[in-house]
Amino acid sequence: MSDATHPAAHKSPARSLHQLDARTKRRNASERRFKVMGIVAIGIGLAFLVLLLSTIVINGSTAFQQTFIKVPVYLDPAKLDKSGNRDPDDLKKATTFTYAPLVQNGLLEVVQKAGFGSELSKSDMKNLISASAASQVRDRVLADPSLIGKTVDFEIFASSRVDGYLKGRVHRDEIALDKNISVAQLDLVDSLRKDGALHKGFNWTFIFGADASDSRAEQAGIGIAMLGSFYMMLVVLVLALPIGVAASIYLEEFAKKNRFTDLIEVNISNLAAVPSIVFGILGLAAFIQFAHLPQSAPLVGGLVLTLMTLPTIIISTRAALKAVPPSIRDAALGVGASKMQSVFHHVLPLAMPGILTGTIIGLAQALGETAPLLLIGMVGYVATNTPEGFWDGFVSPNSAMPAQIYEWAKRADPAFYERAWGGIIILLIFLLGMNLIAIILRRKFERRW
Amino acid sequence: MNDMTLTERAVNATDCKITARNVQVYYGETHAIKDVDVDILDKTVTAFIGPSGCGKSTFLRCLNRMNDTIDICRVKGEILLDGEDIYDKRVDPVQLRAKVGMVFQKPNPFPKSIYDNVAYGPKIHGLTRNRAELDEIVEASLRKAALWGEVKDRLQAPGTGLSGGQQQRLCIARAIATSPEVLLMDEPCSALDPIATAQVEELIDELRTNFSVVIVTHSMQQAARVSQKTAFFHLGNLVEYDETDQIFTNPTDPRTESYITGRIG
Repeated sequence: MSDATHPAAHKSPARSLHQLDARTKRRNASERRFKVMGIVAIGIGLAFLVLLLSTIVINGSTAFQQTFIKVPVYLDPAKLDKSGNRDPDDLKKATTFTYAPLVQNGLLEVVQKAGFGSELSKSDMKNLISASAASQVRDRVLADPSLIGKTVDFEIFASSRVDGYLKGRVHRDEIALDKNISVAQLDLVDSLRKDGALHKGFNWTFIFGADASDSRAEQAGIGIAMLGSFYMMLVVLVLALPIGVAASIYLEEFAKKNRFTDLIEVNISNLAAVPSIVFGILGLAAFIQFAHLPQSAPLVGGLVLTLMTLPTIIISTRAALKAVPPSIRDAALGVGASKMQSVFHHVLPLAMPGILTGTIIGLAQALGETAPLLLIGMVGYVATNTPEGFWDGFVSPNSAMPAQIYEWAKRADPAFYERAWGGIIILLIFLLGMNLIAIILRRKFERRW
Repeated sequence: MNDMTLTERAVNATDCKITARNVQVYYGETHAIKDVDVDILDKTVTAFIGPSGCGKSTFLRCLNRMNDTIDICRVKGEILLDGEDIYDKRVDPVQLRAKVGMVFQKPNPFPKSIYDNVAYGPKIHGLTRNRAELDEIVEASLRKAALWGEVKDRLQAPGTGLSGGQQQRLCIARAIATSPEVLLMDEPCSALDPIATAQVEELIDELRTNFSVVIVTHSMQQAARVSQKTAFFHLGNLVEYDETDQIFTNPTDPRTESYITGRIG
C-alpha cells in the first residue's frame, strides 16, 4: 500500500497555510459559539447567585439588630419577697404577674421623663415593650436575689412594632388599622430615641435564644434550634460515617460481584434519589410508632437523617475507593499483605480525602433538610430552654435550624419573616463552614503519587 | 545483541523449585491457559516469552495466586512449591506471597517514604524484633537491589519521587525484603528506558544467586540476555520449554521459530 501511488484526484490542491479554508472557518466559528454559550450560562448562574445572596443579606441582616428600651425597675421587696429571707424557693412563687406592674412603673417613669404620660393609657405603654419583659426581669432576679430592693436598669426588648418602626418596616401612614401600635406611640418612640432611652443594639438573643410564641416575635431566637441541629449532626456523624464507610469498603473490596451485590448497588443508588419526606414518614412509623422513641427528639431526627445520608456517603466512598489505582492493591498483596491490610494500610489512606469530602457534603445536606423533620414533630415552638445536660439534648423535644426557619416563615408578624431570613444567613454560614472544612481536610490528606 | 550476555555465574541450578502439572486457567468461559506443564528450577532465571495475550502473565500470576483477586478466574491442575500444592485448601495465599514475591510491569511504590516501602513487608510478616533489625533488612534489600548508593541519604523521601528505573528497583527491593524463595517479575522493564533496563537486568542476574526468578518479557533480547531457561507460550499453550540457548538457536517447534524470527506475534 505504501509504495502505491495515490490517484491524482485524491490530492488536494496546494493551499497556503495562512489562508483558512471554509471548513476550518466553520469549525472555528462553532467552537466560538460554544464558548460564548458556556460563558453566558456561567454568567446567568452567577447573576442568580448574586441575586440570591444579596436578597438574603438585605432581608436577613436586620434580624441581627434589635431595639431595646432602657427601663429602671424598682425591685420592690414588699412584693417580690414577702417573707424577707431571700429564699430561692419563695422567690420562685412570685410569678411574672407580680413583676409586670413593676416593669410598667419603670416604663411610666421613662415616659414621663420624656414629657409624655397623660395621653397614653397603661395598655398603650404595654405595647411599647415586649410581652417577655416581666419574665426577663424575673429571670435576672432569680439568678441574683441580691438585686431585690434596688432600682436596676434593664435593657427591655421593644415590641416588634416599635422595632419595625426603627428598621423602616412599619410606617406612620400604614398603621391606621393596626391595633398594636398608634401614631401617638410612635411620637413617644421618637422622643425616647432622642433621650437615648431607646436604642438599637446587636441581638444576641436571636443567635442564642429559643423560639418564642406568636405574640413575642422580638424575643425569638435560633439558638436552641441550632443546638437541635448540632445534636442531630452528632447522631448522623457517629452512625452514618462508620456504617457508610464500612459498607462501602465491604462492597467495593471484599464482596463477590454477583446478582445479590448488584441488587444492593442498584438499591443504594436509588435510595439516594428517594424524596426526603419518605424517610420522614419511615422514621415516624419505625422509630416513633414502633420503637416508641420520644417525639420531636433530635435522636430520632438524627436517625432519620442518617438513613437519608447513608446512600450519599456510600456512593462517594465507593467512588473514592474505586479511584485508588489497582496497582497499589497489587503491590500490597504482592508483598504478602492480607486483603484487609492492603485496604487499611494503603487503599483507605489514599481514599480518605474523597471519603471525608463525601461525608461532609452528606452532613451539609442533612443539616439543611426540613421535610423529614416535619413528620417527626421537630418543627415549631417545641423547645423553650436549653437541654439539661449533654444526654438530655438527644431526647428532649427540639427543633432544627431549617425547621425553625420554615416555622418563622409561615407566621403572621413580619418580624418573624425577618428572622426567617436571618436564620437562613446563619444556616448558610454553617454550610459554608462545613464546606470549608471539607476543602481543608481534602488538602491535608491529599497525597500525590 | 546476543553478544551482550551477562557474565557467567557458577550457580548450582538443578533443584526443581516449582512444578506445574496440567494447569488450566479459565476467565469465565474463556480457557486462557491450557495444559501447562513446567518445572521451574531453583537459582535460575526462567523467562516466559510469547505474543500479547498468550497467557504468560496469567500463568505467572498463578504462581503466587494473585489471580485469586479476580473473581471470574478459576485455576485447575497442580502447582507445587517445594512439593507442596499451593492451591491446597490449607494454604493461605498471604503466606504463599511472602515466599513468592512479585514485581509488576509498572513501578508501583507505595505513596510512602523509601524506607517504609521496603520495611512494609518485613513489618507485616513480623520478621524483625526491633528497629535496628529492620534498618538492617532495609539496607540489605536496597543494596541487593542496587539502589542503596542512590537513596541512602534520603530514605525518608517519598518513593514516588524517584525516577522510573529507581522506582522499579525500589519495588524489587521491597519484594526481596521479605526474603522470598521465588521472585516473579511481570515485564519489569517495559516502562523503563534502556539504561534503567540494563541496570535491572544486571540486578536480575545477581538475584539468581539467592532466588529462583521467573520473568515475563516481550523482549526476546532480554530473555536471551538474562535467562537460563525459556518457555514460549502461544494462545494459552506452553509450546516449548528448554534451555534459553536451545530456544533461540535451535527451536524444535516451528511456532517458536516463527515467533523468535518475528513472523508471528
